[in-house]
Amino acid sequence: MTTELITMTAAQMAEAVAAGEVSAVELAAAHLERISQTDVHVRAFLHVAAESAMAAAAAVDERRAAGQPLGPLAGVPLALKDVFTTADMPTTCGSKILAAWQPPYDATITRRLRAAGIVILGKTNMDEFAMGSSTENSAFGPSRNPWDLGRVPGGSSGGSAAAVAAYQAPLGIGTDTGGSIRQPGAVCGLVGVKPTYGGSSRYGLVAFASSLDTPGPLTRTVLDAALLHEAMSGHDPRDSTSLDAPVPPVVAAAKTADVAGLRVGVVAELGGEGYASGVLARFSETVDLLESLGAKVAEVSCPHFSYALPAYYLIAPSECSSNLARFDGMRYGLRIGDDGTASAEEVMSMTRAAGFGAEVKRRIMLGTYALSSGYYDAYYGKAQQVRTLIARDFAAAFEQVDVLVSPTTPTTAFRIGERVDDPMAMYLADLCTIPSNLAGNAAMSVPCGLAPEDGLPVGIQIMAPVLADDLMYRVAAAIEGALDQRRGHPLLAEATAVGTAADGGAEAGR
Amino acid sequence: MTQLSTAGDAAGTTVPFDEAITRYDPVIGLETHVELGTAAKMFCGCPTVFGAEPNAAVCPVCLGLPGSLPVINKAAIEYTIRIGLALNCSIATWCRFARKNYFYPDMPKNYQISQYDEPLCTDGWLDVEVGGTVVRVGIERVHLEEDTGKSLHVGGATGRIQGADYSLVDYNRAGIPLVEVVTKPIPGTGALAPVVARSYVSELRDLMRALGVSDVRMEQGSLRCDVNVSIAPAGSSQWGTRTETKNVNSLRSVERAVHSEIERQAAVLDGGGRVVQETRHFHEESGVTTPGRSKEEAQDYRYLPEPDLVPVAPPREWVDQIRAAQPELPAARRARLAAELGLPETDMVQLRNAGALELVAETVAAGAPAEQARNWWLSELSRVANASGTELAALPVTPAQVARIVALVESGKLTNKLARQVLDGVLAGEGSPDDVVAARGLAVVTDSGVLGAAVDAAIAENPDIAAKVRAGKVAAAGALVGSVMKATRGQADAASVRELILERLGQA
Repeated sequence: MTTELITMTAAQMAEAVAAGEVSAVELAAAHLERISQTDVHVRAFLHVAAESAMAAAAAVDERRAAGQPLGPLAGVPLALKDVFTTADMPTTCGSKILAAWQPPYDATITRRLRAAGIVILGKTNMDEFAMGSSTENSAFGPSRNPWDLGRVPGGSSGGSAAAVAAYQAPLGIGTDTGGSIRQPGAVCGLVGVKPTYGGSSRYGLVAFASSLDTPGPLTRTVLDAALLHEAMSGHDPRDSTSLDAPVPPVVAAAKTADVAGLRVGVVAELGGEGYASGVLARFSETVDLLESLGAKVAEVSCPHFSYALPAYYLIAPSECSSNLARFDGMRYGLRIGDDGTASAEEVMSMTRAAGFGAEVKRRIMLGTYALSSGYYDAYYGKAQQVRTLIARDFAAAFEQVDVLVSPTTPTTAFRIGERVDDPMAMYLADLCTIPSNLAGNAAMSVPCGLAPEDGLPVGIQIMAPVLADDLMYRVAAAIEGALDQRRGHPLLAEATAVGTAADGGAEAGR
Repeated sequence: MTQLSTAGDAAGTTVPFDEAITRYDPVIGLETHVELGTAAKMFCGCPTVFGAEPNAAVCPVCLGLPGSLPVINKAAIEYTIRIGLALNCSIATWCRFARKNYFYPDMPKNYQISQYDEPLCTDGWLDVEVGGTVVRVGIERVHLEEDTGKSLHVGGATGRIQGADYSLVDYNRAGIPLVEVVTKPIPGTGALAPVVARSYVSELRDLMRALGVSDVRMEQGSLRCDVNVSIAPAGSSQWGTRTETKNVNSLRSVERAVHSEIERQAAVLDGGGRVVQETRHFHEESGVTTPGRSKEEAQDYRYLPEPDLVPVAPPREWVDQIRAAQPELPAARRARLAAELGLPETDMVQLRNAGALELVAETVAAGAPAEQARNWWLSELSRVANASGTELAALPVTPAQVARIVALVESGKLTNKLARQVLDGVLAGEGSPDDVVAARGLAVVTDSGVLGAAVDAAIAENPDIAAKVRAGKVAAAGALVGSVMKATRGQADAASVRELILERLGQA
């Protein structure tokens, strides 16, 4: 029973709840049990909110019993990245500096999830302040990839990805600043979506880089991603950068799954040297698959994409150096050295020295330098010009094709510890995903098979124009449908490191 | 070099102003911060109340809590455009907010949302009257930003954060919209520089009030000034190095700060030193400035465009609507009132300085002759205001009530002395002038029967004096008048009483 409950898709769970075949309380209990069995190995959660989850589930059951209407995901459990504020749970951002912080308010996303009857199971692990590609920068230790516990689940939304891949929750929410949803989605064999910038609210999302941060879904199926996408999106008057436009019809697109006549562009600059052979093989097979499904495939050049990574590592750290200035021990969070003799300035300095990890400090310093008087034009200013050029590359490409595709990541999941001492190698994990953050367009990753050399998942990235999120869902759903049919089962059924639930995680740590 | 230049400070030496100004030309500049009187704060819905319980008017946004985001208050943009238009500025068609980064405990985010190289209003001017001549002050920019919280440093000698035992921060003020008006450098004012500075701030204050964008209470900190001063040898084609004196918070202090900074800089230059570009602090008690941060330690604010906000692009039709709805501005209003009141220029200056111009105009509008209205507000009411330490406008008497008292005197129903008692009654909250007259029984006694009886009684009680008057010693009648006035408790008209007495005693 438990196995059946946790391996269903979110859409199936919601239908079952609505039909009275299963209660939301049963669903929540089954997932909480799965977490307690497996999270000792996966370490996806920083905080499990069993009590409030059960209460939220009971409220959904009561609504149903009272004959009140239920939303399309009512009663479905969800794992929330610990970067969104929650009035009833801590919000740490994976940092010691916020280890004990209890926000007094809910993020807009949190509020919308609750209003939709979605059951928040707890808060998931992440690279500190969303800076990283492996969750190894979390102050609370790394999460593990359910495909291989010796490997990273990607990052920075690695906790949410690990939770969904380990069947601890059918829905996860992450944030994507340079690839932090798509990259963990790819390496955990999941669907990871970065909606159009401004499509999902940032109010209550603790900022890393304001002009790039985008909340989005991490799920096991394209339809589940679309359902969550619609539930969490839409204009928010509390976020000035939120778009006042209708949410693109992504659920309908996910159900359409038709690419006949669609023009698909393969980005020439994203591939070749530096990419794992298995990644390239699965990617080109998938492009062929699209062609066989009726898509018109062409190669498209985006010449400025090669400057995206350096531009990103000026813009994101610049914004982060300002955004993270507020963590100074004066008002909330960690405070170090307040012994009555130290000055406020010294306490700020000691608090920040002790509270931030190495990668966060590195980026604050990079950004502080890039914004300094006399360097601004050469660094931040130049990076903004590159950003404009990349947006123009996208605009020109979308005149020729409807969507662009590339591998999501150059490699599959790497081993824990493999890149921690080499920031450049770590940064390269986001090589393909960063351009869409800089331009603000929609992009997602969908699984396209396993790399033969290591048996680990590979993702294909689909990029669509601003507010054309539905287009990429059509492509993703077509790929998912064709591959599942060819394979005879979902890809994730092959992830056995913590068991597919039937064995209650008995194989964990093999 | 630094030691040389601060020698003037250490010794406290100055050159007397009158002497300094014969050898040096000053250039001044003013940066004025005005808290806007919008109902809500700049980026959240919290109220902009003054004097509330500390940290009562706060929310996640103005506390800068992690995850919170700013949303621009449109009213603040409108108020700033009103100010920009009144200062003859160009209004930007597109501009952005910027983050000014620096660490300080009263800054909730450790950056201030401000405007940097794209201010909302640029390149205007304001005419300032100084001793009958008009000085046109160039306006560089008007921009909008959020105020910080307010620190209270407890313990320590200076009241500053250095040396304090602990500090308390009230974030009620954090996020209140603040407009900064920056002048262009003002050269060529010579000995008038301190007065020009003061008059500019005074004119700007009147302008803000007329526009209805701020209550501009300097004593509550809703208008704060930074004063820039440099001096150069007379006739020099180059300007000197400027200092910026922070937080000069009264009109008088603005004048004194310019004055004392000219005296100090003259002493530095006379001693062969060099003025250091630095921030200085003004001391109300002594009237002198002392050094703060020097440029060597100056902050690098690392400005960047505020990524949490979208650009502000005020539509032209909106700006035109705001322009069309502008109220009459102080200079135009003064000119019109001067013409309407027909008072001499010296009176107009006096009325302005006393803050009585509007009150007199309203009193005249309520029917009083200009001369009488002017007299009441500048003498009796000014005395009461001074004694109680309030502003004229804050006295509990309306211009209409003053006009009514004037009318009662004009019609002979009240003497001037009685009129002052009526005013006291009004100020004491006893009602309208007519209420006070009725309640206190203050009307002039005109009933000839009552008066006649009082006169007869006075003559009967003072036969010796009456005899003297009868004998032609008319001056002696004064004592009888006094007796009658006493009997009528001062409510008779002394001149009428005197006539009546002389008539009875055959001296009319």
